[in-house]
Amino acid sequence: MNEIFGVPTQALFGQLLIGLINGSFYAVLSLGLAVIFGLLNIINFTHGAQYMMGAFVAYVLLERFGVGYWWALLVAPLVVGATGVLIERLMLSRLYKLDHLYGLLLTFGLALILQGLFRHEYGSAGLPYRIPDELLGARNLGFMFLPNYRAWVIVASLVVCLSTWFVIEKTRLGSTLRAATENPQLVQAFGINVPRMITLTYGFGVALAALAGVMAAPVYQVSPQMGADLIIVVFAVVVIGGMGSIMGSIVTGFGLGVIEGLTKVFYPEASNTVIFIIMAIVLMIKPAGLFGAQR
Amino acid sequence: MKLKRSLIAIAAAFAAGTAHAQISDGVIKIGVLNDMSGLYADLTGPGSVVAARLAVEDFGAAKKGMKVEIIGADHQNKPDVGSTIARTWYDTDKVDVIVDVPTSSVALAVNQITREKGKAFLVSGAATSDLTGKACSPNTIHWTYDTWMLANGTGSAIVKTGGDSWFFLTADYAFGHALERDTEAVVLKNGGKVLGKVRHPFPGSDFSSFLLQAQTSKAKIIGLANAGGDTINSIKQAAEFGIVKAGQNLAGLLVFLTDVKALGLQTAQGLIFTETFYWDQNDATRAFTKRFSAQAPRNNYPTMIHAGVYSAVLHYLKAVEALKSDDGTKVIAQMKKTPTDDPLFGKGTIRADGRKIHSALLVEVKKPAESKGPWDLYKIRATIPAEQAFRPLAEGGCPLVK
Repeated sequence: MNEIFGVPTQALFGQLLIGLINGSFYAVLSLGLAVIFGLLNIINFTHGAQYMMGAFVAYVLLERFGVGYWWALLVAPLVVGATGVLIERLMLSRLYKLDHLYGLLLTFGLALILQGLFRHEYGSAGLPYRIPDELLGARNLGFMFLPNYRAWVIVASLVVCLSTWFVIEKTRLGSTLRAATENPQLVQAFGINVPRMITLTYGFGVALAALAGVMAAPVYQVSPQMGADLIIVVFAVVVIGGMGSIMGSIVTGFGLGVIEGLTKVFYPEASNTVIFIIMAIVLMIKPAGLFGAQR
Repeated sequence: MKLKRSLIAIAAAFAAGTAHAQISDGVIKIGVLNDMSGLYADLTGPGSVVAARLAVEDFGAAKKGMKVEIIGADHQNKPDVGSTIARTWYDTDKVDVIVDVPTSSVALAVNQITREKGKAFLVSGAATSDLTGKACSPNTIHWTYDTWMLANGTGSAIVKTGGDSWFFLTADYAFGHALERDTEAVVLKNGGKVLGKVRHPFPGSDFSSFLLQAQTSKAKIIGLANAGGDTINSIKQAAEFGIVKAGQNLAGLLVFLTDVKALGLQTAQGLIFTETFYWDQNDATRAFTKRFSAQAPRNNYPTMIHAGVYSAVLHYLKAVEALKSDDGTKVIAQMKKTPTDDPLFGKGTIRADGRKIHSALLVEVKKPAESKGPWDLYKIRATIPAEQAFRPLAEGGCPLVK
């Protein structure tokens, strides 16, 4: 009895774990999107490109300046987050009064421009980024061979996701943020600089994408289209979790990673469509998403 | 003296005039259709436009008074996008010949459209051997390589050195299926067996799940029936999961120079695969590479697809010159009639089914210590002679061969 539908249980555990690893990327990315949408009401299509930029900043830091992975984890989100702040100040802030669609078009266009620029400079085959020495190697779990780096990715993204959730949902800063989105005039009347808060929130969401990018760099090739490949799936994750729901995006991110992983075992051909099938079903049954509140 | 010179000039003008008589709208228009922005952009992409340009230069079109124009477009690896561009090119933009077209699903679509319109199609980028098999056409020549040739070169070399049980990781579209089918046939023919296969979505990014399935199968060889970024990520992630260390070997069935460059020798070393061109083969290929690299994006070196585009365009122009016509069907027939000769592939022929025949190279990726420069990547292990490199004419099932 150590088989499930013809697949050895041992192999199945391995696949579940791999699903969790992919899920961690989904979770961190969709979390950033959820934060931005929840607080700014902007659908940030540049997110994939910003994830890609995070990976490229890590690559450039290493190749050009000899700055390793651990510093890149800190520096890349700061650099990319700063460009996010610029984008918000110079462009997005002009669109808040208009329909959602304008923000979507702007960020989508920006994503295309950024990808084009990076492709022009670095080509499309991608660039290798080494796994940091401390995380080289792997451990044998009995049922599978788990690379240390992947284990680190799961732990790191869980920590990042849960702390973000904690800050937004459980601290005073978080409650001010949420209040500012509900009623900016009132919060401003209490002497809080709402526009600056919104700018910083966008910067933070973008920094999360860049952080995911740095974490992805050693796993995938650092390439201009790495974000474009992922962003559509991540959007589906956000829609399933419920637009703007912080916990929703975390749980669905990990959960869908696992479901996708299992599909790769039982019916690999469908593994890139399964998330969209789930999305369609969720939208039919619960249009606001699994964790979303009807507004 | 002066009179004589002007007489010659007038005669030359007339000669040029007659040469133009049959060439539609006086311009030979070459359309380079490939992946300009996605995962195949470095191994085809803008480099193929450069290669076509060099061919026009070397042919000396300007000196011969022939007007040749090259345009390029991005088919995004999508058959619908590729078909739309091909139709627009043929119908309204007066394109005479489409070249390159990687991604077999797109190439098969363009193959059909070219046949309907009676134009010419020179395939360098696509791999499926069906282009000279059941889908063969009097308007298409398959130039550089194909899945049968890759399978035959790499597959039999590996089975003969003991890699007799296989598991396939296959890109889930026409190309992957053809490569898997052709390799499986070679493995079985040489006494090996296939323990399993998994088809991954195209393009993919995470292959660890599939690699783990391959590991569970306990096959000695994991055959990668994919290409470009998919192959790069498969190899990289196989290293990460310690698959090679645990005793299984990878067979990259279609690997290009730019892929090896992107992987780095540290990860790619020891990989064995088949190519039909390597920049460091002889003086002629090195000279071409120097000119190519000067114009290519990021000074990349040419892949076999780029070399194939050069060679195909050169032979095409020779046929147009000889025929004094750019009628697609006639030019392709003329190209098949004449033996090919160019600095990159040497002398060769084109068969009735549209298969261009030349020798193939079994190469091995160098160890980092063996490499003397950033592009010094391959050791040539063997040369497969032209008559053995490609599928025998009778076995393809091409309806043009009676």
